[in-house]
Amino acid sequence: MTAVEVKNLVKNYGDLIAVKGISFDINEGEIFGLIGPNGAGKTTTLRIISTLLTITSGSITVLGIDLKKKPEMIRKIISYLPEDAGAYKNLTGKAYLEFIANFYKQEKEKMVEKGIEIADLGTRINDKVDTYSKGMKRRLLVGRALMTAPKFAILDEPTAGLDVNNAQEIRNIIKNTAKKGTIVLLSSHNMLEVEYLCDRIALIDNGLIVEEGKPLELMNKYNAKNIEEVFIKVVK
Amino acid sequence: MSSLGNILLKEIKELMTPATFLPIIIIALVFGSMGGVIGGIEEEFQEPPTIALINSDNGKFSQIAANVFNQTSDVQFYSSDINDKNEALSNLKEKEGVALLVINQNFSSDIENGKNGTFEIYWVMQGGGILDSLSSSVVESLINFVDTSITKELISRNNGSINTTFVLKPTTRNETTYFKDKELKGISPGEIAGFLSQQSTFIPIIMMMIIIMAGQIVISSMALEKENKTLETLLTLPVKRTSIVAGKIIAAAIVGLILVVIYMFGMSGYLSSTLQLQTSATGASSFDLSLNSIDMILIGVVVFVSLVAALALCMFLGTLAKNFKSAQTLTFPIAVLVIIPMLLTMFKDFDTLPLTIKALLFGIPFSHPMMAPRALLFGDYILVFAGLIYVSIFALIMIFIVVWVFKTDRIVTGTTKFNLNKIFKKKIK
Repeated sequence: MTAVEVKNLVKNYGDLIAVKGISFDINEGEIFGLIGPNGAGKTTTLRIISTLLTITSGSITVLGIDLKKKPEMIRKIISYLPEDAGAYKNLTGKAYLEFIANFYKQEKEKMVEKGIEIADLGTRINDKVDTYSKGMKRRLLVGRALMTAPKFAILDEPTAGLDVNNAQEIRNIIKNTAKKGTIVLLSSHNMLEVEYLCDRIALIDNGLIVEEGKPLELMNKYNAKNIEEVFIKVVK
Repeated sequence: MSSLGNILLKEIKELMTPATFLPIIIIALVFGSMGGVIGGIEEEFQEPPTIALINSDNGKFSQIAANVFNQTSDVQFYSSDINDKNEALSNLKEKEGVALLVINQNFSSDIENGKNGTFEIYWVMQGGGILDSLSSSVVESLINFVDTSITKELISRNNGSINTTFVLKPTTRNETTYFKDKELKGISPGEIAGFLSQQSTFIPIIMMMIIIMAGQIVISSMALEKENKTLETLLTLPVKRTSIVAGKIIAAAIVGLILVVIYMFGMSGYLSSTLQLQTSATGASSFDLSLNSIDMILIGVVVFVSLVAALALCMFLGTLAKNFKSAQTLTFPIAVLVIIPMLLTMFKDFDTLPLTIKALLFGIPFSHPMMAPRALLFGDYILVFAGLIYVSIFALIMIFIVVWVFKTDRIVTGTTKFNLNKIFKKKIK
C-alpha cells in the first residue's frame, strides 16, 4: 500500500532547477533508496520531504497528509537525519536525547531509553557530545532519529564518513527499524549499502529520476553485477 | 608565473572581497560625515559670538567692557535699561545667541572703590555635547579680555598702594544658564558640559559594549546552529517556527535583561555620585540635576526595548550567516550602528545637530538608550517617548521579518540574493 507519494516534484533555487519534476512512491514498511552522484538532487528532495524546503511545484503526500498544506502535521510523523548532522556540543549525549524527547507527546523516559539503546554508547552517553568521535556522534544521531518511533524516517547518507564497523551497525539498526513498521527513505552514494538495505531504489541524475525498481530486478534488466554498474549504464 | 607570484595572486584574490573593504569604507564614511559636523562647528567657533548686552552704567570701566564686546561680538540686542532683561533674553534665544551680559549700574563705581564689578551673565546653552559649549567658551575668553583691559587701566592709575588680588581679578560673575527649558543658577555652560561629558562618553560606551556583546551571542548562536547542522534537525521537529524564533529571542532578551540590570546597578551608583551638582561659591543658590525613580525605570525600558530590537536585528543577520566565521563579519553592521550614535552623542546634542544627521540619529534604534539619560535629565520626555515608540515598532518589524525568514528556504540555504528582474517583471505584468 502506498504510504508516500511524490508527484512531479520541482525545486528551483532562483534560476537553478535542482529537481526537475520527479515522481516516486514508497510503500508501507519499505526501505526506499534515492541514489545518485553529488548535486543530483538527492539532498534537496529529502529536505523538501522533511519540510525544510518549500515545494516549487508538484505535490507530496505522506500517509494521506498533504505536505504543502500541513507541514506541521508531517513533522509529527517524520524523523529526519541530515547528512553531517550535529548535536549540541555543550550537552551530554543523554541530555541531547532528553531535549529532543521533550518535543514529543509520547512517554519521554521510554523514548530516551530507546535512544540510548540504539546509540549504544555505554557510559559515554553521559559525556559531552563535544568529546565524541565522528562514529559516536552519528550513532547518537541515529538514536535520536529513530527513538521517536517515527512512521516515516528520512535518512540522508546515514553512514557517510563512518568506519566499516560503525556503518555495519547502523545499517542493521535501520533494517530492524523498518521491520518494526517504519517507512524509510534514504539517500546514499554507497551502492553496496543500497543493495543491502533497500527494497526499492530510484536512480537520480541531474534532477531527474532515470530508473526505478528493485535492486535485483535492475541488475537483471541491465545485465549488471551490482547497482554501481546499473547506474553507470543508465547514465550513459 | 613564479611560485611567489602565484601565491601572491591567490592571496590577493582571497582578500579582495566586499567583506574586507565594506567595513573600512563604512568607517571612512562615518568619520567623513563626523568631520563635516565638526568642520561646521569650527566655522561657527571662528565667527564672532552672538550676544545681547545691557549696560546700565555710564562709568569708565563699563565703557571698556562695552567696547570689548562691541568690537569682538555680534551684539544683536543692546539696551541701557536693566528692565529689558526679558526682552533681551527672548531676542537672544530667537537668534540662537550665546549670552546676555548685564553690566550693573554700580559696575564702575564699585571698581573705583576697590570692589569687584559684577557681570550678570545669562547663558543660553543650545546643547550638551562636547562641541556645543565651544561658543560659550569664546564669550568666557572675551570676559577675561575685559578683565585684562580693566587691569591695565587700574595699573596705569597706580598710586602706590595697589591691591594685587583685586587688580588682577577686578570683576566677578553672577551666572545663570538656560538649557533645555531649565534655569540653572550659579553655573556656567562649561561646568554643565564638563558634567555631561562624563555621561556622553561613559554611557554610550557601556551601551555599545552591551549591544555588541549580546548581539554577538545571538548571531554566533544562529551561526553555530547552522555550522553544527543542529538547526536542520530542529526545523523538522514537531515545533512551530514561531516557537523557535520566540524561544531564541526571549532567551537572548532574558540574558539581555540580566545585562541591563547589571548595567543599571552600576549606572545608578555612578549617577547618584555625579548627578548632584551643587554650587558652593559665593553662597549661590543650590540646585540639582537628578533622575527620579520613574526616569530610571524609563531608561531601563528604553535600554531593554533597544536590546530586543538589537537582538531581533542580530537574529536576522544570524539567519544569513553560513558558519561561525561569517557570523563574525555580520556583527560589523551592528557595531557601525552603535558607533555612529556613540560618536554623535558624544560630540553634539541631538537638538543642535543638522536635520539630516538628526534623522539618521533618531533612525538608529541604538541611539535612544544613549540619548535618554540626558533627555530625561532636562525633562525632554517627548524625545524619550518618541524614541521608545519608534524602537518598539522597529523591534516588532524585525521580529516579524525573522519569523518570515524562518518560514522560507532562506533559513536553510542562507540565500540573500533577490532577483530584482523577476520582481520588476512581475510588477509590470
